[in-house]
Amino acid sequence: MPLLEIKDLSFTYGPGTVFEKKAVNNVSLSIEKGDFIGIIGHTGSGKSTFIQTLNGLYKPTEGQIILDGKDIWENPKKIRNVRFRVGMVFQYPEYQLFEETAEKDIAYGPKNMGLSDSEIKERVMKAAKFVGLKPELLKKSPFELSGGEKRRVAIAGVIAMEPDILILDEPTAGLDPNGRDILLAQISAYHREKENTVLLVSHSMEDISRIADKILVMNKGNMFAFDDTKKVFARGEELEKIGLRIPEITKIMIGLKDRGYNVSTDIYSVEQAVNEIIKLKKPNRKG
Amino acid sequence: MQFIDVDKVVFAYDNDEETGNTVLKEISLSIKKGEFVALLGHNGSGKSTLAKMFNGILLPDSGDVTVCGMNTKNDETLLDIRRKVGLVLQNPDNQLVASIVEEDVAFGPENLGIDPVEIRKRVDSALKAVDMYEYRDHAAYKLSGGQKQRVAIAGIIAMQPDCIVLDEPTAMLDPQGRQEVMDTIIKLNKEKKITIILITHYMDEAALADRLLILDNGTILTQGSPKEVFSKIELLKRHKLDVPQAAQLAYRLNSCGFKIDELPLNADDCVKMILAQIEKV
Amino acid sequence: MLKEITLGQYFPGRSVLHKMDPRMKIILLTVFIVFIFLTKNYVSLAIMVVSVIFVILFSGVSLKLYFKSLKAIIFIVLFTSVLNLFYGTGDPLFQWKFITITQAGINTSVFVAARIISLVLISSVLTYTTSPTDLTDGIEKLLKPLSVFHIKIHEIAMMMTIALRFIPTLLEETDKIMSAQKARGADFDSGNAMTRIKTLIPILIPLFVSAFRRAYDLAMAMESRCYHGGEGRTRMKVLKYSKYDYIALCVVCLLCIGVIICNIRLPITLRTGM
Repeated sequence: MPLLEIKDLSFTYGPGTVFEKKAVNNVSLSIEKGDFIGIIGHTGSGKSTFIQTLNGLYKPTEGQIILDGKDIWENPKKIRNVRFRVGMVFQYPEYQLFEETAEKDIAYGPKNMGLSDSEIKERVMKAAKFVGLKPELLKKSPFELSGGEKRRVAIAGVIAMEPDILILDEPTAGLDPNGRDILLAQISAYHREKENTVLLVSHSMEDISRIADKILVMNKGNMFAFDDTKKVFARGEELEKIGLRIPEITKIMIGLKDRGYNVSTDIYSVEQAVNEIIKLKKPNRKG
Repeated sequence: MQFIDVDKVVFAYDNDEETGNTVLKEISLSIKKGEFVALLGHNGSGKSTLAKMFNGILLPDSGDVTVCGMNTKNDETLLDIRRKVGLVLQNPDNQLVASIVEEDVAFGPENLGIDPVEIRKRVDSALKAVDMYEYRDHAAYKLSGGQKQRVAIAGIIAMQPDCIVLDEPTAMLDPQGRQEVMDTIIKLNKEKKITIILITHYMDEAALADRLLILDNGTILTQGSPKEVFSKIELLKRHKLDVPQAAQLAYRLNSCGFKIDELPLNADDCVKMILAQIEKV
Repeated sequence: MLKEITLGQYFPGRSVLHKMDPRMKIILLTVFIVFIFLTKNYVSLAIMVVSVIFVILFSGVSLKLYFKSLKAIIFIVLFTSVLNLFYGTGDPLFQWKFITITQAGINTSVFVAARIISLVLISSVLTYTTSPTDLTDGIEKLLKPLSVFHIKIHEIAMMMTIALRFIPTLLEETDKIMSAQKARGADFDSGNAMTRIKTLIPILIPLFVSAFRRAYDLAMAMESRCYHGGEGRTRMKVLKYSKYDYIALCVVCLLCIGVIICNIRLPITLRTGM
């Protein structure tokens, strides 16, 4: 049984009003425990709406979301419990910080879960460790921290709820390359150690290709592709056609293939590309 | 005298140099008229602080910034400087003053006390320059990030500046918005000969500039043409800065026996380089 | 959702009302509202109600939006008119236990409902057809004489412009923060008054922090665009009365005369002030 099953999911904003707009259209897919899924798509492709239906912030207009064999809307009063199991880190999450200290802010979610003080304390410490926050920072006001540190406090706030599924919407937006690399590495380490499920939304194919096992591509509210990372990148040209930016390296490989060279195009790292291109040179030399 | 001269500028927030809050450490540089300069660096490298020095939003603790010979410390010429050097900020939501696109664009010229008929002309031509003319009577908050940013740029252009400083204008945008803004910036530089100072941490954007300045910890780490700067891959990596993938690939191929005459900075150039190498033999 | 609030929103268009001078619109709106409350019988009330309908049709803004603006006040309208229904004096038309309904009660409640609805609709016409900048410009010009009392009219108008510009942005932000806190298990829907106020803190603090951050950015952007107060400032759109304004002025004058004549000549239905 998959951990999360999405069946014929559709979502329409303001049905029956002037603002009516279908954002997600008949999406079905299953997510297994331990999956690391990258989600890409344009602004307005429905990906933000899609992830917000997964933790019950939006109720699907049609279709079902089945978590561990149970429809999450079976008992609408218990929807809060779904939100504890499907944790969501929004874009620019640092804008939601409000407590006196970073520690208290991280504890907000666990507190809402009704955990004991000692349990909360332990979870806060663990979560802070995952995102690389030094203990001395925890006593500070979140507003005194640097931009990158604030972001980490906010992410820790969701991790501390120890959700089975962690969803992150553009967690690296606005960070510099160094900050981005560190954060992605931390998310990746969190996924490895906890062996749980992570969904990561990003505009950057480079980022996604580096850490995701599977990729979900959304286009105009529809599921355009959902497959292993390598298989999705093999469709690089199609992705470009729907206006997505593919990694520079993939573009180079497609360029070589267009000139009649037999290279694979499911390549997205410099390492892979070097190996592939060196192969090209050797047979030529012999001839 | 250069168009903009930055001479041994030191700046610290809180004016407390002992705690090591010094953001700019005796930085000197100059910008020529019509140039497209990109300033790169980590968060905290001082690049945004430097951006706010060019039009006197921040003033140096010591050292001088002069624009066309006018010192930013001189109150009397400050408005002249700000007319010549416009500033576009990162967050597209926070810099639009009026609710309607054309009224926002008119804000700058109105402050300059320009004749209404002339303002109308300038607003129309500025909106056309950023390709937002058909949105002139739209509500600003409903636009996409890229569109808002282009309206912000139009608001500066309407003051007919010599130079636009853009402080991470694409950091909060999606790829499409980034593309729109970059296309606009390049068009303004090439067609209207407006000097561009672009602060960014996207390497592919910096690669489009005439000159690249890399800031690290309040000083200039290195500078030169994009090809010169990106060929110092080891230095950049040591300072945890990105290098365009095409350049990285070329660099790696180079150590595997490929000859590189000129460093490729984008996919097309890189494909050409590889082909030249394979087909030559 | 908060995003759908239409209050104070402007809908661009090319109607006659869009072309009118904001000053004239503000003056006529004021006169109009006064006369809505001066109607004393059904004929004069009908004159005003019918003209409100005509003005709405002339505005070129979708009728749906007017219904939306009414949705917000429907409770107040019902409440006050039902209340008035039972407060009439005179011969009862209907009596059941302690409830008495009189002709006067019916009259008052009809008048109250019609007046509030007309008031909201006609005010919506002003905000729907006038850009916020025009509106504040109009107010600035009309209040100009007050500057002799050292009231800073330009600053007030600028503050209004900025407030109107940022209302939608902050509403959107409130929505986002609410979602983010809900995702962390915040419960905004249950609990007593005290706990409900407490649950607002995680929304209000981030909202204030963000408003300050935006204000800081905006101040910097305004300075960069050479803002230095109202002195020496010109405007792109110079307010000028056009033929539409004079026509509107005449129409409203005629309506007022009509209302006055009806009030004097025809029997008075409503004696109370409200």
